[in-house]
Amino acid sequence: MQQTRAVEISTGLFVFLGFAALFFLITQTTTGGYVQDETYEVKARFQNVGSLKVRAPVSMAGVTIGRVSEVRFDPQRLDAVVTMRIERRYDQIPEDSDASILTAGLLGSQYVGLQPGGSDVYLEEGSEVLFTQSAVVLENLIGKFLVNSGSGDDK
Amino acid sequence: MLRELAYFVGGFLQTFGQLHLFFLRLLVGVPRTLWRRFRLVVDQVHNAGALSMPIIVTSAFFVGGVLALQGYDNLSRFGSEDALGVLVALSLITELGPVVTALLFSGRAGTALASEIGLMRATDQLSAMEMMAVDPVRRVVMPRFLGGVIAMPLLAGIFSAIGIFGAYMVGVVLMGVDYGAFWSQMQESVEISDVLQGVLKSVVFGIAASLLAVFEGYNAIPTAEGVGRATTRTVVISSIAVLVLDFMITAAMM
Repeated sequence: MQQTRAVEISTGLFVFLGFAALFFLITQTTTGGYVQDETYEVKARFQNVGSLKVRAPVSMAGVTIGRVSEVRFDPQRLDAVVTMRIERRYDQIPEDSDASILTAGLLGSQYVGLQPGGSDVYLEEGSEVLFTQSAVVLENLIGKFLVNSGSGDDK
Repeated sequence: MLRELAYFVGGFLQTFGQLHLFFLRLLVGVPRTLWRRFRLVVDQVHNAGALSMPIIVTSAFFVGGVLALQGYDNLSRFGSEDALGVLVALSLITELGPVVTALLFSGRAGTALASEIGLMRATDQLSAMEMMAVDPVRRVVMPRFLGGVIAMPLLAGIFSAIGIFGAYMVGVVLMGVDYGAFWSQMQESVEISDVLQGVLKSVVFGIAASLLAVFEGYNAIPTAEGVGRATTRTVVISSIAVLVLDFMITAAMM
């Protein structure tokens, strides 16, 4: 009888630890799913989004305040529509803020950076950020640099 | 020559067919066993799971630690040591956790299952049960199979968690990677679907490794040599099966 008890206790402990480990993996190593009702949606149109991906951070002053939820091509206006979900508690972002696609580090992943404007009207569910700046494509930049330095030599 | 080849292929297909018929037979009995012989299943979870804990925990810690060492060394060349958490967590959760656990499991628990059932076969205990109108598949094989299937995902979860802890100890405490960057970068990049992929893999590996172990044991040639051979075959075949299945699942989930 004593032995059965030991078997049961160690089995129970094992199963408990197993589930605890899975719980740890799910809650501690991931950020978890985004809760829909605590965010509001804002759109922005870009000429070029570079390699911006869904779930990329949206940051203001370097702090992540939301995430990109959709990147879509608009066939009518031939530009990219980026939908961002911004956390509800940041609801005082001026409407004339401008959005630009930036790169973390020299070759890091891309994110959307918001620069505050001066308007008293704030961004809200469904509004659009009008001032946008496209991603810098490294090849274009190098191309421009080469052309400029080439013409510099001629003078 | 050709005839021998045909014979070999035929034999292989026959074994393969037997294995799957055996699997179907086990599947049919799952609810009944869980309901009527739960106690036996608990004993087998203890044998396959709780008793495998020491080897799983120790290997997980060192696998995590060595991942952190290697990762740190390579990442620091690109100045991105902060990504160590991501590297370690993703490789442990989606690949190393399930695969290494399955390999250790087939070495530690699979061999025990195969030799135990094989020895029962060799000493006519299975025939004795049949005489007493007890179905040995239900009484002996089913609980062991289920015990392995239940234990495997839990062991893999423990492996990944302990591995991450080991990597944390080596990476953050020993090598001095920033504590916040280690966790936050990990949380940014690992998604629920990665964890679920790991769990799915470990469930599949658990089924494969346990099935092969009980199948080899049950069909062992009833001699000392036969049991020995069945045990060896268990480890060899289930290791290959785990690695092949791993490739297939990973390719399918990409």
